[in-house]
Amino acid sequence: MLSRTADHLFWMARYIERAENTARMLDVNVTTSLLPMTREAAERGWRAMLSISELQPAFDARYPTLTPHDVLDFMVRDPDNRSSITCCLQAARENARAVRGTMTTEVWETHNDTWLQLPQQLKGGLLQGDPHEFFEWVKFRSHLSRGVTIGTMLKDEAFYFIRLGTFLERADNTARILDIKFHGTGPSNGTWPAPAEAAEEPYLDFYYWAAVLRSVSAFEIYRKVYRDVITPARVAELLMLRGDMPRSLLASLNEVCTNLEQLRNDQSAETRSDAGLLRAELQYGRIDDILDTSLHVFLTSFLKRVNDLGQRISHDFLVPLMTR
Amino acid sequence: MSFATFNEMYAADGGVRSHYREYESWLLRQSDDLMRLKRAEADLVFRRVGITFAVYGESAGTERLIPFDVIPRIIPAVEWRRLEAGLRQRVKALNLFLHDIYHEAEIVKAGRIPAEPVFGNAQYRPQMKGIDVPGGIYAHVAGIDIVRADGGEFYVLEDNLRVPSGVSYMLENRRMMMRLFPDLFTSNPVAPVEHYPDLLLEDLRSVAPVGVEDPTVVLLTPGMYNSAYFEHAFLAQQMGIELVEGQDLFVHDAGVYMRTTRGPKRVDVIYRRIDDDFLDPTLFRKDSTLGVPGLLDVYRAGRVTLANAIGTGVADDKSIYPFVPDMIDFYLGEKPVLANVPTYKCRNRDELQYALDHLPQLVVKEVHNAGGYGMLIGPCSTGEELDEFRRRLRAHPENYIAQPTLALSTCPTYAESGVAPRHVDLRPFVLSGQQTAMVPGGLTRVALREGSLVVNSSQGGGTKDTWVLGR
Repeated sequence: MLSRTADHLFWMARYIERAENTARMLDVNVTTSLLPMTREAAERGWRAMLSISELQPAFDARYPTLTPHDVLDFMVRDPDNRSSITCCLQAARENARAVRGTMTTEVWETHNDTWLQLPQQLKGGLLQGDPHEFFEWVKFRSHLSRGVTIGTMLKDEAFYFIRLGTFLERADNTARILDIKFHGTGPSNGTWPAPAEAAEEPYLDFYYWAAVLRSVSAFEIYRKVYRDVITPARVAELLMLRGDMPRSLLASLNEVCTNLEQLRNDQSAETRSDAGLLRAELQYGRIDDILDTSLHVFLTSFLKRVNDLGQRISHDFLVPLMTR
Repeated sequence: MSFATFNEMYAADGGVRSHYREYESWLLRQSDDLMRLKRAEADLVFRRVGITFAVYGESAGTERLIPFDVIPRIIPAVEWRRLEAGLRQRVKALNLFLHDIYHEAEIVKAGRIPAEPVFGNAQYRPQMKGIDVPGGIYAHVAGIDIVRADGGEFYVLEDNLRVPSGVSYMLENRRMMMRLFPDLFTSNPVAPVEHYPDLLLEDLRSVAPVGVEDPTVVLLTPGMYNSAYFEHAFLAQQMGIELVEGQDLFVHDAGVYMRTTRGPKRVDVIYRRIDDDFLDPTLFRKDSTLGVPGLLDVYRAGRVTLANAIGTGVADDKSIYPFVPDMIDFYLGEKPVLANVPTYKCRNRDELQYALDHLPQLVVKEVHNAGGYGMLIGPCSTGEELDEFRRRLRAHPENYIAQPTLALSTCPTYAESGVAPRHVDLRPFVLSGQQTAMVPGGLTRVALREGSLVVNSSQGGGTKDTWVLGR
């Protein structure tokens, strides 16, 4: 397959997955902001959201103050914010269009149709009036694109590059969702809600973790797996170390490794071993050890290694190979 | 000025032509609402499928639909047989002409075609002189524009031998008609066209460099912002070949390779949808980022095949067009089956004078030009426009040809006001390789504006499904 084609397929998948996870992250915040809390606490929640996406400076450059309304606008429909859901859906569609011939008609039409439907979804005050409804739509379109990919495409290189993109992006995004709690209050003691607030209103912590679980469709799964109260340690374990939890870090890395294996070429051995190592650490890691060191430190290192993997994949497959 | 135009569906006495009888009675039974619904459905589907084209001069990424009309243009099989014979004959002669002018130029030596419009033509590529291309085929894919005048007779209006487009619309229009009106295809024996991509692939494989057993064929596109990108992607997919851009190819060790996820892969045949000028920046336009540096050397060495060949543009230039009947006679010793539109070559003094005297009735076309931009349609022009062209004709007569304004045939078409006649043309495609192949039909383009004769999609044209009917 052409390197350029592989690159488009890889990024098509990453962008639609990113749109979905951005919708999930925003949904957590919209939900938690409905809880009774101080304005400052709520604002910290939104800042955390921007910070985790590395968008705080870009946002501050555009808006003098922070309001939930503006953050939603910025993260959903801002054409100048390349991480906004609108830009992600557009990028997914443009990448698909560039190589539409390499995917089934159904896959292409799904991406194209998502893009064509978007203006309708954002018309008038629909987004601000019922953000949850919009996020559901984004998630649905992403589910659809994944489903139609699995349901119609030949299991060949094109398919594996799409899958690789999906799961590399998901590994990154789930780690960010988990790490959100450590952003928004400052570099040193990053927790949210701040300890003082948490002490006064202990239920906030519960609702926060419940929202995180819901954001990755894991609330019911949590109940089923643990049959116990919600604790941060178990949430972290579920979303990081359980291979049977489809949005967990381990599940994502399992898929990354499987697809890398299918795609292996003469120069991808090291990339495969890097990915395998990262997966092994999750597979045999224990949540207590991770928490003892600090979840934030672990996640920061994880994000960096996922980023490195992306670079390696790009080097091995996607950057046009010269004669060797 | 009024024309006794030939209506494809109705005879002069108002009766329905026999090949339209079945369709017309069906159409009369359909309610307006249903037809409106079907037209809306077609629009929706085309947009979702992304059958759009980019418009030059509008911001990048702007996409438009080519309007699709749901009333088919029907050609009876007996008429098609004659058209097909004429088209095969014409393209055969054009290929022989191209081979000749890049070799001995016998036709020029024999005095049948003057040297200047051939060798002085910007589209003549001296780099091709003495080069032998596989099978002597230059125009592997030819799109010949056919019009029908008031008496119902067919004329060739134009040959397109560089990178003719439109075939994907022919195929998608058929798919759309079958989707919207499946019952029509059970009551009308419509000849199928869907095997075109198979024929094209076979054609391309047949012209691979000598000695290549299982050739790798690719389609070279300028990229997704080109107006015909949909077609490029569509054909590549239908043929199961890679759709490449210039950046995906490179020349190494006297071969052309594509950059793949598993390293370089040798390419044998390039179905290129990029103009000559952009193919190789080392030889043609230096600023081109679309092409492949060094491609021409490999090509000239016979180690890769380009389809169409480099330098075909000289044969479809308007200054050469008047001589195609002479080519048919010279190379094949045959009489042309399909007539040219009578053409006045303004380079000849008496023909120029005729053109100047009859300008309001004539169409004047600039040679070396395409797309209907540098032309004058006499009957539709103001006095000022006529004067302007008179000046241009006198200043550079060799740059122009003139033709009578043809009363292009019309076909009933959905317009704002309801069903109304609109002018149509026809572009069938001829594939030349080891064999010559065609599918029955072609792309019917329709000028949607009332009275307009310009069918180009860039200027408000639409398309119709084209049926070759019966045996």
